[in-house]
Amino acid sequence: MKCLVAVKQVIDPYVTISINADNSAVATNNVKLAMNPFDEIALEEAVRQKEAGKITEIVAVSIGTNASQETLRQALAHGADAAILVVTEQIFSPLNIAKILAALATQQQTNLVIMGKQAIDDDCNQTGQMLAGLLAWPQATFVSKLIMDHASNTALVTREIDGGLETLRVSLPAVITTDLRLNQPRYLSLPKVMQAKNKPLSIINLSELNLNLQTQISTLQVNYPPQRKAGIKINSVTELLDKLKHEARVLT
Amino acid sequence: MTILVIAEHDNTKLHNSTRNVITAACQLSQDIHVLVAGNNCAAVVTSAQQLFNIKLVLVAYHPAYAHALAENFAKLIKTLAPDYTYIMAPATTFGKNILPRAAALLDVEQISDVTQILSANTFVRPIYAGNALATVQNLCAKQLLTIRTTAFAACELTNTSCEIKTITNICDFKLSEFVSLEKNITGKLPELTTARIVVAGGRGFQNQENFKLLEQLAIVLNAAIGASRAAVDAGFAPNDCQVGQTGKIVAPELYVAIGISGAIQHVAGMKDSKVIVAINIDPEAAIFKIADYGIVGDLFTIVPELIQALTRV
Repeated sequence: MKCLVAVKQVIDPYVTISINADNSAVATNNVKLAMNPFDEIALEEAVRQKEAGKITEIVAVSIGTNASQETLRQALAHGADAAILVVTEQIFSPLNIAKILAALATQQQTNLVIMGKQAIDDDCNQTGQMLAGLLAWPQATFVSKLIMDHASNTALVTREIDGGLETLRVSLPAVITTDLRLNQPRYLSLPKVMQAKNKPLSIINLSELNLNLQTQISTLQVNYPPQRKAGIKINSVTELLDKLKHEARVLT
Repeated sequence: MTILVIAEHDNTKLHNSTRNVITAACQLSQDIHVLVAGNNCAAVVTSAQQLFNIKLVLVAYHPAYAHALAENFAKLIKTLAPDYTYIMAPATTFGKNILPRAAALLDVEQISDVTQILSANTFVRPIYAGNALATVQNLCAKQLLTIRTTAFAACELTNTSCEIKTITNICDFKLSEFVSLEKNITGKLPELTTARIVVAGGRGFQNQENFKLLEQLAIVLNAAIGASRAAVDAGFAPNDCQVGQTGKIVAPELYVAIGISGAIQHVAGMKDSKVIVAINIDPEAAIFKIADYGIVGDLFTIVPELIQALTRV
């Protein structure tokens, strides 16, 4: 079984972001970039499933500028067998990204797509669900445990939902989106990084996919959120309870 | 301009998140309908009928809707969509799971995690874990929105009861099947995302055994228990307690952060709390920069004192 893993290049999660002077967007020039951490978990899961003999081939895909080649090389070093970059300068909405991924899933004849539950830049948490909808496949979002069962052509998934842990059985093909606790991605060894240079990375021009993509969402402004001010230091528990009762009035 | 709000519930009780969404919906139109799709959920329907300003409750009863499976819910929403300009759901794991799929079926965009409504098609939403706020305009004819529940107050329940319309359209794809639900073990304590008071612990607790101290404090305050990612990763607290960018977003009246350094990741999940108290041994801890009241000191001395003082009262 061939598995597609969608990976996105984002600003490194440990970088403190800044906003452009004209408030048009978050500044991305000369900022350290990294693979979206949830996608790294998706990739790790695909590699583990392959090691367990549950899938046979992993294709990492990304949509973005040529700079995303670096993220795909990382995916290849991590264990993907091949990579595809759909090159575009445009920043697309989740719906458009889902349409591009749906075209790739069909072209690649895959029956499993694993991807992060959200990208840590726009925090939309939509693409996997939309992709599953477009393909008319079942979806398993926010997954913290995945057991593939070839005999029944299903997957048993545990999802992290607000009320607890929900277990579903989904038929294949399916889209899986990964949560934080699914696994701990491995460190990449130098030999793997070197080997990755010889693995195939193909580049597709977006126009080759012949999709009709509409831009209907625009970002008018980006601002910093109002900052909380530091309050006061207190010396005793008695004083704290007094303040909470009589000043903040949150305790009675 | 009619709005359809998708009710979140567990077939027994209407989830409070639905009430937050109604408050947001009221800012867009006064013509609001609520969809209750579930199985054997008459009590939920009764609650929904009493929601402030609601004109109609659409009811779809069927085992296929018992567990909010995205495939069935999204298709049901699609079939109802022609009558509505807005379709709204809470930005909880329930809403986040089903609404984007419905959007794809309708070939429209969705705006996630709306925290402010500026006009009929312009909204504010947090990006980069709340470190920036984006103002976005959606030109789609149909607007699908998920609402950040902590940004809108819960609407009131009235004594009146609006009309019901039963939906007979059953979407049962059988693509996925519910197996089990392991519920959060909060015991008698309030639920984390809706609690009035949250006490949260971090790595400062050092081990799982010490974390019981936090439970004692939660009991005397009738508070929910939260934890930083560091505490969850270290196994002090279960996963579903995690507050932060990748965990739960909370905004209680009072948030007490104990032994939590205040990493950006954690702060993103609690900075909208009304009053923040921080207890930490490190006077330079980042958490003090956002706390209204801070005590520098050893939590193993302060927390027992706090429990004792509260018990005495």
